[in-house]
Amino acid sequence: MGDFFSQFATLFENYDVLGAFWVNIQLTFWAALLALVIGTVLALMRISPIPSLAWVGTAYVTIFRNTPLTIIMVFMTLGVWGQLKFELSQDFASNFFRLAVVALAVYHAAFVCEAIRSGVNTVPLGQAEAARAIGLSFLPAARIVILPQAFRGAVAPLGNTLIALIKNSTVAAAAGVATETSTLMKNMIEFNSSLIYAIFLTFAIGYVILVIPVGVATTALSRRLAVRR
Amino acid sequence: MRTRSTALLAGAAVLALSLTACSDDSDGGDGGSTDGGGDTITIGIKFDQPGLGFKDGDTYTGFDVDVATYVAEKLGYSADQIEWKEAPSAQRETLLSSNQVDMIFATYSITDERKETVSFAGPYFVAGQDLLVAEDNSDITGPDSLNGKNLCSVSGSTSAQRIKDEQAADVNLLEQPGYAECVTTLVAGQVDAVTTDDIILAGLAAQPANQGKVKVVGNPFSTERYGVGIPKDSDKCEDINTALQEMFDDGSWDAAIKANTEGTGYTPNGDENPPKLDACA
Repeated sequence: MGDFFSQFATLFENYDVLGAFWVNIQLTFWAALLALVIGTVLALMRISPIPSLAWVGTAYVTIFRNTPLTIIMVFMTLGVWGQLKFELSQDFASNFFRLAVVALAVYHAAFVCEAIRSGVNTVPLGQAEAARAIGLSFLPAARIVILPQAFRGAVAPLGNTLIALIKNSTVAAAAGVATETSTLMKNMIEFNSSLIYAIFLTFAIGYVILVIPVGVATTALSRRLAVRR
Repeated sequence: MRTRSTALLAGAAVLALSLTACSDDSDGGDGGSTDGGGDTITIGIKFDQPGLGFKDGDTYTGFDVDVATYVAEKLGYSADQIEWKEAPSAQRETLLSSNQVDMIFATYSITDERKETVSFAGPYFVAGQDLLVAEDNSDITGPDSLNGKNLCSVSGSTSAQRIKDEQAADVNLLEQPGYAECVTTLVAGQVDAVTTDDIILAGLAAQPANQGKVKVVGNPFSTERYGVGIPKDSDKCEDINTALQEMFDDGSWDAAIKANTEGTGYTPNGDENPPKLDACA
């Protein structure tokens, strides 16, 4: 048993496990920011009174929500970078990091959009009518009246999307981000097969530790922030 | 109340079905590993490496497949008694130690670390790490000419990192999930070289879509000894080694190499091949 633990300890010296988790956290952070921006714009388009904008928003959500994330990732490296020779950074490694962030963001923006739209549905119709009645046009009404209430109602679904995003950040391996956790786990298992269960549990527990606080925080926040009606 | 008991019954039925499905599987596996002759043998190979182990519809091709078929025949299993199973790199030890496969021929390098969980027969081939470059490329001759170039390898392989650490510190590494993606970026001109074992590269170069576009540099700079992975308590090691020695001696080994790397001008490292077999543990 002591032998097992010493082998397990040397694993952590040879492989940068915490560094790998840090890469996933960074991927999640930037992708979440970008997805929130794109998703909010999409939600605005979908609830806007202009049919063509609403149609574009619906089309985006339908396409990206139904495309596997891996395919978007592979398209980013093989299509956008490989064939179109489009680069997001001069530095070779950070180019792929950014491509992966974009892939994660465009995919999760569809889910963010739907989460915000569900929040919009919690706002009574009377609020929109009242905003109209005092002379606000669509954008100011959305900005001042609808969206602030909608975001409060959307905290829980947005939290679920964030949790999914944390775990989906491992798919960045498909876009050539080789320092993240799923690649590291595969490497560690391939070259230390006798410790396969310990390695697997390490990463499983790592993700549980990352995800549980997000779940607890969003549940608490959604209780606190939801507009009481 | 009635709906609940119906739901319970349905649940129990589903559970029972899935349980029988499981036991069916394990019966088949056990039958293969204990009895010889009339039964089947399960062999793990790669499904995605052209020239070595490749699944093309429902036929299997490649050097690993040819060697495995030859060895299985010597062990008393004809070609249609072989059940092929995919053995991805990270799952090979699990497949063997849980007896889901009887042997693995999947570019499986013999290492001391792996010997702690599985046993090896062979080696049946000695590969070396090499580079795949565009057909018209002449300035990449070996790992030390890679500084400032883009190099692609498959994630889960240490070969590219080794080049960066030991030979060319300024090389840009790209890791992709599979070799096919690497070759795609090589053909598109976005990376300058792909690295892994020479015979894998030769198999990629021999694919119709890549022929005439890429070439193997032919300057191997490491040795990887491909063994036959078998479960730790297996008694087949001696028999497999006897079969392999016969294959080396009667010329079918050479023929298998030639057939699977045709058109690429690839020749295996002659000092090491055909390899000297290790004694069984």
